Amino acid sequence: MNYLRHVGKYFIMLRQVFRKPQKWSVFREMLFREIEDLGLKSLGIITFISFFVGGVVAIQTALNVDSPFIPKYLIGFATKRSMILEFAPTFMSVILAGKVGSYISSSIGTMRVTEQIDALEVMGINSLNYLVLPKIIATVFFYPLLISLAMFLGIFGGYVAGTLTGLFFSEDYLYGIRLDFDPYYIQYALIKTVVFAFVIATIPAYHGYYVKGGSLEVGRASTQAVVWTSVVIILLNYFLTQMLLA
Amino acid sequence: MIEVTDLYKEFKGIPVLKGVSTTFEKGVTNMIIGQSGSGKTVFLKCLVGLHIPDSGIICFDGRKHTELTIKEHRLLRQEIGMVFQGGALYDSLTVEENIMFPLKMFADQSFSEMLDRVNFVLKRVNLEDVNNKFPAELSGGMQKRVSIARAIVMNPKYLFCDEPNSGLDPNTATVIDNLIKEITEEYQIITVINSHDMNSVMEIGEKIIFLKDGVKEWEGSNKEIFITENEAVVNFVYSSNLFRKVREAYLKETK
Repeated sequence: MNYLRHVGKYFIMLRQVFRKPQKWSVFREMLFREIEDLGLKSLGIITFISFFVGGVVAIQTALNVDSPFIPKYLIGFATKRSMILEFAPTFMSVILAGKVGSYISSSIGTMRVTEQIDALEVMGINSLNYLVLPKIIATVFFYPLLISLAMFLGIFGGYVAGTLTGLFFSEDYLYGIRLDFDPYYIQYALIKTVVFAFVIATIPAYHGYYVKGGSLEVGRASTQAVVWTSVVIILLNYFLTQMLLA
Repeated sequence: MIEVTDLYKEFKGIPVLKGVSTTFEKGVTNMIIGQSGSGKTVFLKCLVGLHIPDSGIICFDGRKHTELTIKEHRLLRQEIGMVFQGGALYDSLTVEENIMFPLKMFADQSFSEMLDRVNFVLKRVNLEDVNNKFPAELSGGMQKRVSIARAIVMNPKYLFCDEPNSGLDPNTATVIDNLIKEITEEYQIITVINSHDMNSVMEIGEKIIFLKDGVKEWEGSNKEIFITENEAVVNFVYSSNLFRKVREAYLKETK
């Protein structure tokens, strides 16, 4: 019953979030700040992780397909497919849920316990709209760019790993990543990314906004936000994959 | 004038306010006192709209809160200034940005006009050269003054203060008290202060409401509080030896 109550409260929160901003100039200012905080500041970690994940996927595939009957270009093919279909959109979203989710939850939670949200409400400002809508817009529009970059860097990481270790030839890898290229897979990955971006912005915001207590509770809310965001991402990943690919 | 009639509020079946009625006049410093858990903060939060009363009416110059639409509520709130116990300043914004924030949201003014207004209210609360400092770089008393400056920057009709003196030394507390009183009289604001500080009550409480267990137990001025025979008020206000002696001396003098 408690879970249902939270789900209901979450959707009621969304109704308040999706209102017309009270002042467009202030909204624009907030939006740019959120793009910087939630998007640009995640660039480093996404670049680093996707590059090395791509490298590891390529090496693992190369080590596991040492049969002479399996062509070497399959290493590039498998790296490309796994990066585009899963590692970039899902794995990176779980990473972002940890990094950005805890930031959103703790920043809004701290505002709640220090009465800054009450101060907004007393001024006549729709605090949910003011605080959460720019975060949603920033993540939904910026994360597809971030994940596209992750796809590219992951595949590139595989190429670098292969050429450095000498496990496969670069010509085979390049042939593999061009083989059977279906643009729909990119579309599928970006659809997933948009949905996950929405989840990454809203679930932590919910946990932060309704926190009660002090700094300890803000910390707990932050942990819960990351856990629930990751759980929802994994579940949605399953359903979206079945809906879009099966 | 703010008229409060028969205000009830309960949380999870436990009544916190049990039919509080009173009025708050323009240009008068109104104070709400009472023990912890007596319902002061809930009463104040009901007045500013952070809690919705279960029953009763709050009427702001003829506007009943129950008859207002969400939009009208928001417009009413723009006429309210509030000083929170902890200041509630936005810690990622500078002092200037904090005070300018309500103007940016609601006033159609150019940046230079807004800046002039910010500097004016900062001067009014005796703060200068702090525009670019962050709240964390200020002392508690300065943060309270910035909070007052933010509360009055929109020329509010109603000013609510939740424990404005908590955590301040006696000198700074007196400065804050006098500032609130001056602003109330100067701009003819309806000011309601929630306080535990008996010095403030005696100094600036032109109208004092004593709440006990969610009920209005007593109402009067800072002169009347000296001569009241209400046992609950006497026990609460004169709980310290010093205040008891002051009261005895006052009563002896006036006889």
